[in-house]
Amino acid sequence: MSDISAKLPAAQDEDDRPRPPKGIGPMQRRESRLAYLMLAPTFLIVLAIVLGPLLANFWISVKPVGLADLRPPSVLINERVRGGPENPGDAATLEYRLRNSTQDKEIRAVMLEDRIPDGFSVTSVPEVCTLTDDLLSCDLGTVPGKWRERLKVEGTVDQAFLDTEDPEDIHAAVVSGDADNILTNFDFTLENFARVFDNDEFWSVLRVTFYYTIFGTGGALVMGLFAAQLLHTSFKGRGFLRGLFLFPYVSPVIAVAFTWLVLFDPFSGTVNALVTKMGVADQAINFFGQRSLDLSLFGLTIEFPLALSTVIAFEAWRYFPLSFLFILARMQSMNTDVYEAAEMDGATPLQQFWYISLPQLMGILSVLFLLRFIWTFNKFDDIFLLTGGNAGTRTLTVDVYEQGFALSNLGAGAAVAVVVFVVLVAFATLFLTFSPKEEGL
Amino acid sequence: MLACILIALACGAVWGAVSMLVTGVTLTLVTGQVAVPAVGAAAIAGALQALWLVWSVKGSSARSQSSLTGFFIAFIVLMVLTMAMPFSLPLSVMPVWQAVALVLSLGAMMYANAACLRGIALGAMRRYDQEVVLIRVLKGIGFVFFTIIVALPFYVMVMTSLKSQQALLANPLDLSIDIGQGIAGLFRSYVELFTQYDFGTYLLVSTVVSVATVILTLLFSVPGAYAVSRLRFPGRAMLSRSVLLIYMVPAIVLVIPLYTVFSQLGLRNSLTGLLIVYPATTIPVALYMLQGYFRGLPAELEEAGLMDGLSRIGVILKITLPLSLPALASVSLYVFMIAWNEFLFAFMFLDDPDIFTLSRGIVALNSSEVPRQHLMAGAVIATVPVLVIFLWFERFLVQGLTAGSVKG
Repeated sequence: MSDISAKLPAAQDEDDRPRPPKGIGPMQRRESRLAYLMLAPTFLIVLAIVLGPLLANFWISVKPVGLADLRPPSVLINERVRGGPENPGDAATLEYRLRNSTQDKEIRAVMLEDRIPDGFSVTSVPEVCTLTDDLLSCDLGTVPGKWRERLKVEGTVDQAFLDTEDPEDIHAAVVSGDADNILTNFDFTLENFARVFDNDEFWSVLRVTFYYTIFGTGGALVMGLFAAQLLHTSFKGRGFLRGLFLFPYVSPVIAVAFTWLVLFDPFSGTVNALVTKMGVADQAINFFGQRSLDLSLFGLTIEFPLALSTVIAFEAWRYFPLSFLFILARMQSMNTDVYEAAEMDGATPLQQFWYISLPQLMGILSVLFLLRFIWTFNKFDDIFLLTGGNAGTRTLTVDVYEQGFALSNLGAGAAVAVVVFVVLVAFATLFLTFSPKEEGL
Repeated sequence: MLACILIALACGAVWGAVSMLVTGVTLTLVTGQVAVPAVGAAAIAGALQALWLVWSVKGSSARSQSSLTGFFIAFIVLMVLTMAMPFSLPLSVMPVWQAVALVLSLGAMMYANAACLRGIALGAMRRYDQEVVLIRVLKGIGFVFFTIIVALPFYVMVMTSLKSQQALLANPLDLSIDIGQGIAGLFRSYVELFTQYDFGTYLLVSTVVSVATVILTLLFSVPGAYAVSRLRFPGRAMLSRSVLLIYMVPAIVLVIPLYTVFSQLGLRNSLTGLLIVYPATTIPVALYMLQGYFRGLPAELEEAGLMDGLSRIGVILKITLPLSLPALASVSLYVFMIAWNEFLFAFMFLDDPDIFTLSRGIVALNSSEVPRQHLMAGAVIATVPVLVIFLWFERFLVQGLTAGSVKG
C-alpha cells in the first residue's frame, strides 16, 4: 500500500508522459452548448408560466389588490361636434368630455392630443390648450378621482366638413397620463395574511383539506390494490374490464362530476329514488348539500360529515384507476417462483398475499401514496364542481378561488395560495426524506 | 365439518343476496317499475343451495345434474319464502321481465356458488381451502362492485341525455330507452345543443386547442428530452430531477398571478393565452416521459449516424424519432387527454362564448334554466371523443402512463 503511494509522485515527475485531458475540452463545450440550446425553449416557457407566477403569487399576496384593480386608472374621453352646423360658415363647437375612470385614484400629467378635423377653422381654444397648425394639445396636469371636465373648441365649418360623416371621428383624440398601478408600486400590506389567519373558518378549511387528502388518497389506493388483485390472473374479458376500469380516470372531470350530481340529486336522482322507493331511507338524502348526518349507533349519536364523505368517495372513485394501473404493472413483473415455493411450503393464499405480494408492492404503494397525496392536496376541479366548497367541503384550493374571485380579493386569494404552497413544500421535503429510494418514478 | 357448513352457508347467503339485489335494481332501472328485491329470502335460498352443492359433490359424480337440482332448490325456497313475489310485485305485472330477471338472478347465484365452492366437499376443511373460498367470494364481489360503480354513472349519463324533461321528473328510476319517440325525439338534446348552444363551435375549439397543445408540447419537449438523455452538460442530473418537481406545483397557485398578468396583457380571454398555459403545464411531464424512452434506445445507432456524417439534428430526425414512435404516440395521447379535459384555466380565462372549449361550455350549461338532459348530453359529447381515442390506443397509453409519471 505505502509502496504505491510512494511511487505516484515520482511517476508524475516525468514530463513527456501522456496525461488524460483535464477540464472541459472544446468538444465537450460544444455539446454542453447544444444541450442548453435545446433546453432553452422549455426552460423559458416553464420560467414564464410556472416559476414566474409562483414568485408573482408571493408578490400579490402582500398587495392590497382586488379584481377591480386589474383595470388601471385612466382618463376616458368622448368627442362630439355641438351647435348643429348646417351651412358653410356656421359656428360650431368641438366638445371633449373627459372623466377619470376611478373614484379615488389621481392621474398625473394628463395630456390630450387631437388633430382638428379638416374644414373646421378654430376661433378659440380653452386656456389649457395650444394649437399648432391643426394639432391641438391640452395640458391638464394632475386630476383627482371622480374628476370630470369639458373642453370646448369653438370655430366655424365649411362645406367639406359638412359633407363628411362624423368628421370628429377621423382622428381619435388621445389622452395620456400616469397613474399608480397598485400591482407595480411598492405599497405592501400584511392584511391579506391577517385576514386569512384571523378567519375562524380557516382552521376548519385546513382540517377538511387534510381529511379529504388523507382519505381520498387512501381510498383510491386501497381500491386500486383491490382492483389489481382481480385482474392479475388472466381470464376471458380481462382486457375489456381493464379498459372499463380506466374510464373514470380518462373521462373529463366536468362530465363525471356532473354525472355524479345528477345521479345523487335529491329530487330527480336515480340513487335517491332507489333508496327511498326500496325503503332503505325514509326521505331523500342530499348527498352533496348536507353538511352532516346524525347517525345513532348503539345509542351513541355520531355526526357523519355527509357531503365531505361523498366528495371523498368521488375522489377515490375517480383516481383508483391510476393506482390500479401502476400496481397491476408492478404485479405482472413479479417473479412467480417464490409463490410456487410458498405453495410447496403450505402457505395459504392470504399468507402469500400478506408475506410475499404486499412487501414487494410496498415500494410502488409508497410512491403512489406520495404522488397521489400531493395531487389530491392540489386538487381543485372536483370539489369546486361537486359542491362549490359548500356544506363543509371547502379545501384550501377552493378557498383560493373563493377569496380571490368569489369575494374579488385577489390579495387574500394569493395569501391562501401561499399557504397551499408552503404546506406542499413541507410535505414534499418530508416525503423526499423518508420515501424509499429504490422505486423511482 | 362445522367450518365447512358455515363457510358454504355464508358463501351462499352472500351470493343469494348479491345476485338478487343486483337483478332487482337492474330490473327497476330497466323497466322503471319499482322492484324491491327480497334480499333476505334470496340469502336463505342461496345458503341452502350452497349447502346442497357441497353435500352433493360427495356422493354423486354427475355435476350438471346436481347443479340443476341446486337451481330448483333455490327457486322453490325463494318462491315459498316470498310467497311467489321475489320482486314484491304481483306476477301479473310485467311477467316476462320478472321471469327473465328471476332466471338471471338464480342462474347468477348458481354460477357464483358453483364457482366459489368448486372442489369443496362436505367434510373437514383445511385452512388453505377455507381461504381459497374466502378469496373467491371476495374476488367475485370485487368484480360485481367495480363493474357497477364504474358502469352505472356512465350508463346514467347516456340514458339521461336521451330522455325528456317530463320523463325524468316523472320517474327518475326509469332509465330505459323510449323508442316510441323516434330517433329525432331520442336525440333531441344533442340536436338542441348543436343548433342552439353552439356545441359545434366548442367541439371545434376543443379539438384545435388540444391538437395545438400536443404539437407545441412535442416541439418543445423532444429537443429537451434528447438533450437530457443523450448530451453531457453540467447540471444535467439536477435538471432531470427538478422536471418532476415542477409538476408538483398546483395549478391553483398559478391561477391568480396568471389571471392578473394576462388581464393586463390582454391575453386572458383568448385562445392564445390558453395555448401558452397548456403546453407550459404539459411540457415537463412530456419531457420526463420522453427522456426515459430515449435513454432506453441504443446509443450506438446514433453514434453510427454521427460517424456517417449526419448532424445532431439529422440524427434526431432520422434515427431517434422514428425509433421512438410508440413513446411519441403515448405522450401525444396523454397530452391530448390533459388538454381536452382541462377545466380550471378554461373556466378562469374564457368569457367569450365564441371561443369556449367544451369544458367551459358545459359549465355554462349548469344553470337552473337548462334542463338536466342537456347537461348530460354535453357530458357525453365531451366524453365520447376522449374515450374512443383512449380505447383505440389503450395499449400505448397504458405503457406510457406506467413508464413515466402521470398527472392526477
